[in-house]
Amino acid sequence: MATLVFLESHDGQLQKGALGALAKAASLGDADAVIAGEGARSLAAQAGRYGAKKVWACEDAEVAQPLPQPRVDVIAQVVADGGYDTVLFANSVLAADIAAGLAARLDAGLNWDLADIELQGSDLVGKRPALQDSVYVDVGWTSTPRLALFRAGSFDATETGGGEPEVVDVSPQYAAHSTALKLVGQDAAESGGVNIEDADVIVAGGRGLGSPENFSLAENLAQALGGAVGATRAVVDAGWYPYSAQIGQTGKTVSPKLYVALGISGAIQHKVGMQSSGTIVAINKDANAPIFDFSDLGVVGDVHEIVPKLTELIAARKS
Amino acid sequence: MKIAVCVKHVPEGTSRIDPGTKRLDRSGEGALNHFDANAVEEALRLKGDSDTEVVAVSLGPQKALDSLRKALAMGADRAVLVSDDAAAGSDLVATSRLLAAALAKEEPDLVLFGQQASDADGAVLWSAVAERLGRPVVSQAMELTVDGGTARVKRQTEHGYDTIETPLPAVVAVSDAINEPRYPSLKGIMGAKKKQQDVLSLGDLGLDAGDVGEAGSRTTVLALGSPPARGDARKIEDDGNAAQAIVDFLAEKRLV
Repeated sequence: MATLVFLESHDGQLQKGALGALAKAASLGDADAVIAGEGARSLAAQAGRYGAKKVWACEDAEVAQPLPQPRVDVIAQVVADGGYDTVLFANSVLAADIAAGLAARLDAGLNWDLADIELQGSDLVGKRPALQDSVYVDVGWTSTPRLALFRAGSFDATETGGGEPEVVDVSPQYAAHSTALKLVGQDAAESGGVNIEDADVIVAGGRGLGSPENFSLAENLAQALGGAVGATRAVVDAGWYPYSAQIGQTGKTVSPKLYVALGISGAIQHKVGMQSSGTIVAINKDANAPIFDFSDLGVVGDVHEIVPKLTELIAARKS
Repeated sequence: MKIAVCVKHVPEGTSRIDPGTKRLDRSGEGALNHFDANAVEEALRLKGDSDTEVVAVSLGPQKALDSLRKALAMGADRAVLVSDDAAAGSDLVATSRLLAAALAKEEPDLVLFGQQASDADGAVLWSAVAERLGRPVVSQAMELTVDGGTARVKRQTEHGYDTIETPLPAVVAVSDAINEPRYPSLKGIMGAKKKQQDVLSLGDLGLDAGDVGEAGSRTTVLALGSPPARGDARKIEDDGNAAQAIVDFLAEKRLV
């Protein structure tokens, strides 16, 4: 197996999910990586520590912005030059668009939303949870290259103890449509307070809190538990809480030891950002809320009644 | 301007995978994928009172006409269904080939998608279709404006908000945060029946059976299994003591 892993970088940082996929690939055999964007070469050493033997680096102006299509050109070139039969991606808005574009470019099979892969003899098998995770489907590929897109949080980003990788520059020909987009504005999320991606405990609030003021319920409980506060996209879009706290498909992906969901229904876009949490406790007054399907403890009840009492009990226990 | 909106007919209610074919069982009732309603709505909003034509395009069994009629009832002008028994079981490679062929015939200025399919949780088709059409693509659009030959998209990603401009023709996938889809009016529902609805076969698209279905696919389903157990999941109703029950649960898990 000759495996290539796409390492997404943002603001000079390799993304954790991608490093996890690289570590997984290195555990199955030799793995190389491709990095496209400003400072790609300088990130190669870090990729080496997660198992990359060789790093293909592209620092062309065409890949300076976080847009997918020029990266399809880069990876297609690397697959051809390096003779890779497997290409792995960790899911993100960017990575999914690249993987699908590459599938069409190369007529290559893409299995997405995989939670794991394993070698069965010489065959690569993907593990794909489906139908609200009620079924685990084993999926395969009928040709190479085989493309796989992993769901967020599938693998721990653990250093493998690899050494300095070989670095190879890559500069492909870009298709006309690949370079047609223009990024004219960027409004980065303001950071501040606890970084929810590193928190051991997260208390997250959704529309069920009822009003922006009621986010104090989440804040007080988070404080008692020594955790951080998260929010759903619905309440961020409604202006109740800042985007930096948003958890889900277009927000943060988190996997704390404890995730407490207050008034969150558990829509798929939220679920993908928190489903790999250690223990999930959900309080929601709707007994049919999907969140109960993936909670360790589900409580059907009113957050406004339960949470103040819960906060008090936990604070009392700690003091 | 011509806008093509890609929509999917998805199973309603509890879905199952047929153990024989290892495909999603599509024999029961179906409905328009609710994420696609946002794409239809956005096309109609862009159309407004102009002479822009909105064409709803789908790929699926004959029954998928129901979802196309919903799009027509909302206000789309015309519907195209690609339906062919040989296309069943198509994966991303084959599906994108079919859909791109149907879209190429239409030559739309803008192709819209919803943000994912609620049955397969797929959020990949637009990028594959854009690549086959040789068009630029933007996903996760939360605001979309068109000015002459340029579309401007505001999107949300994991890192904040981007504003992107693309020349038309282009492919845009909208987020469900972009709008609230309208409900079809009674007049819309009645009128939908009279609107043009074309059903195309593989031959109409210049494709043959080897290009699509399992023959044209590059992925395969090997086996169906059970998910790893989630431990001892519990669900309780608050009887006034839920707060204490939560504390006991957290203590048992050594989380407080």
